[in-house]
Amino acid sequence: MEQEIKTNSAPLKKRRSITKTDVLQFLLRGRAFIALILVLVVFSFLTPQFMTPNNLVIMSKQVAIRALLAIGMTFVILTGGIDLSVGSIVGMIAMIAGGLINEGINLPQLGVIIYPHTWMIILISLALGTLTGAFVGLIITRYNVAPFIATLGMFYVARGIAGLRNNGYTFPNLVGRPEYGNTGFEILGAGSFLGITYSIWLMVILMLAAYIVTTRTPFGRHVYAIGGNERAAELSGVRVSRTKIIVYSISGFCSALVGLIVASQLVAAHPLTGESYELTAIAAVVLGGTSLSGGRGSIGGTLIGAFVIGVLNVGLVMMGVSSFWQKVITGSVIVLAVIIDQVQARMQEQIALQQQQDMK
Amino acid sequence: MPDATPVLDPRPETALNEMNDVIMSAQSITKVFPGTVALDDVTFNVRRGKVNVLIGENGAGKSTLMKILAGVEQPTSGKILLEGEEIRLHSPLDATRLGIGIIYQELNLCLNLSVVDNIFLARETTRNGIIAQKFQKQRARELVTRLEQNIDPDALVGDLRIGKQQIVEIAKALTQDVRILIMDEPTSALSAAEVEVLFRVIRELKSHGVTIIYISHKLEELLQIGDHITVLRDGHKVAEEAASHVSVPWMVEKMVGRNPAALFTRKERPLGDVLLKVENLTLPRKGGGYLLDYVSFELRKGEILGFYGLMGAGRSDLVDCLAGARPQATGKIWIDGKPVAAKTISERIEAGFVLVPEDRQSDGLVQPLSVMDNMLLASLKKYLKGVFLARKQEKQAADQQIRELSIRVANPQQPITSLSGGNQQKVVVAKGLLTRPKVLLLDEPTRGIDVGAKSEISEIMSQLAAQNYGVIFVSSELKEILAMSDRILVMSKGAITGEFTHREATEEKLVVASAVGHGPSSNGGTHHGTGN
Repeated sequence: MEQEIKTNSAPLKKRRSITKTDVLQFLLRGRAFIALILVLVVFSFLTPQFMTPNNLVIMSKQVAIRALLAIGMTFVILTGGIDLSVGSIVGMIAMIAGGLINEGINLPQLGVIIYPHTWMIILISLALGTLTGAFVGLIITRYNVAPFIATLGMFYVARGIAGLRNNGYTFPNLVGRPEYGNTGFEILGAGSFLGITYSIWLMVILMLAAYIVTTRTPFGRHVYAIGGNERAAELSGVRVSRTKIIVYSISGFCSALVGLIVASQLVAAHPLTGESYELTAIAAVVLGGTSLSGGRGSIGGTLIGAFVIGVLNVGLVMMGVSSFWQKVITGSVIVLAVIIDQVQARMQEQIALQQQQDMK
Repeated sequence: MPDATPVLDPRPETALNEMNDVIMSAQSITKVFPGTVALDDVTFNVRRGKVNVLIGENGAGKSTLMKILAGVEQPTSGKILLEGEEIRLHSPLDATRLGIGIIYQELNLCLNLSVVDNIFLARETTRNGIIAQKFQKQRARELVTRLEQNIDPDALVGDLRIGKQQIVEIAKALTQDVRILIMDEPTSALSAAEVEVLFRVIRELKSHGVTIIYISHKLEELLQIGDHITVLRDGHKVAEEAASHVSVPWMVEKMVGRNPAALFTRKERPLGDVLLKVENLTLPRKGGGYLLDYVSFELRKGEILGFYGLMGAGRSDLVDCLAGARPQATGKIWIDGKPVAAKTISERIEAGFVLVPEDRQSDGLVQPLSVMDNMLLASLKKYLKGVFLARKQEKQAADQQIRELSIRVANPQQPITSLSGGNQQKVVVAKGLLTRPKVLLLDEPTRGIDVGAKSEISEIMSQLAAQNYGVIFVSSELKEILAMSDRILVMSKGAITGEFTHREATEEKLVVASAVGHGPSSNGGTHHGTGN
């Protein structure tokens, strides 16, 4: 091998280096996808009922919730930020929506209680979630508060509001009453179209929308630019603050949507709904290859990341692995993914340098 | 289709080419930064349809003035007139709206985005809210072709070499509807051929009525392209003249002032044995070429060895390598005749190297810490009692350094940020000295500090050399490096291109050697040569 190089047979050398590096690069780049296939194969061997249609639907429903949160989180992380508040916003919105269904809007001054239509409740909830995100974004940009701190604050505040809404109690039986015209909330979680539940449709639609926004619109480009070099983006005329506020609003919107879906699936709103969801969302994004320092990553990667975590969870449960071991395994997989990420980056650099040396 | 090529529109109305037709004027601009006055009552007239050249040494205030004209910085006092009307620029966006474009000295690109994405950043062409990728790519290809370059619009900017990145930066400015285009050292990273192309583009822009403000250190280049020359020195405007009336010596004299050497103290000292020997130090550049191209040299005890060169010549990379900050570097190093095996920064400090970095704020100081804590950061191990820090000894050491370097502080516990630039720099030097080094690596130690402090730093360097330290001293200021160094090595494109003793060295020789590989006469074939 050494001799081949020294005899300066350029074509030979070239071909050899291409095959070697390309295969490795391909494996490393597609690692999330490969990991997904790997876990699917392993689980279908270990548990025969894993690949049944019924189970796949259950799994997809689980994945949908994580994936929806991870969409918003991807936008935030691409700008170099982080959103710790999403799980709490899920809980807060679930409680607000539950309260609107069961108790309506009480206006004691007028002596009336208004029961909004289910559609109205959904719109109010989504708007509130989006505004919460916008508020966090405003604090981050206007007062130059670190995203970690601002969203940590909202993490506590939103969870507190979720508890306050009904003094820590659950809103049960969120079916509404025909005489108030607010029935049908449970359809969001249980209903389906072409045999596929709404939550999965929502995931598909939002994933597609997010994919187009990140890859084909100026806004998406600005998100990447801010994460890559905020100063350069600003000097180029990108409205950095506005872009960031929108990004956190998207995350708030996704959280609200998940809050509604979860409450609807359970037909109940519990103050602790969505606890620690922010961490699974971050895990999905990171597993999907998005860099926590921003500017690098994709929605497609996030989708795969969400699936890996979802499949891992469902599969481990079906195998009867204890929940403690599940945590150990999930955590290890996340860290391993990031280590591979770093190894790949270093390898790429070394390959580039090696090629230069050869050229010299 | 939005018109993204204003520069191609003929503008007959600007055919009136009066010499004193001022399109933009910065009047009595003063800009104060904490610890230093960057601009002091500077008036700068920009003539319509001309190449308005601004020259001055590093720290003279050129870049600050440009940033004010581009809306990045706001002046402390003074006003800006555009077409005779006062304008206020609160952000780069305001300047862009008024047709003022800027190509920054530090490349301001998003390395994670492609060439086309960078060129159109914040100016995307869209159809129904979707970026017209094909159209943009086509336009990017046209722009790049116009700059006579072969750059793939889909390539990641981070994968391009610096020169190509500079081309992208220029292409980006050309997409704007500019009336006035500011170019802050656009050629510092370009090859001779690329500079020729840039000049053609500048002439073309001029013929379409675009006004250019041009900053460069390469004086010969300025005479080729410039129409009007304004000279800044230490934040003051010292001269303004038509380019046809000036020569290189005139520019040097105006930039440097009458008697530059008087500021610096240097005594002839006997040199000791060889302290440091470096052989074939090499550092490859990501994306092609070398940051350090087989560099070899020696340093004697008590010697001040100056490194001169243009921006990006590899001088900072060299001192970084010696300090252990670049693990990718290869080559051999001996100190006191013994090979240095140490790789990491802390091991190199043990071995006797210490770096006073170029960027004092981001690499030299920990802002939230006090003067004393900053000073002791690199040598805490020396002030331990058991596992605890011995505050008393720490205080003594800090007090001693404050005395010896005459650092002006009321109290060593004072926040570091309350000091002037010059005194902050002395704290960084003190931090280095407390590690008990053998070789002191000073990277632009007088950058951004006032004249008095410069003189003090030079005094300190002389004293240290007299105490048998070996001092390696990187500077971009000709007068300073000529006055201070016992010997000067000039670098260009990662290689040493000239070596001069204190007696031999002249500004001219240094400038010539620093341009090796840049100028039209040399095509990079003079690597490894010495300019003696």
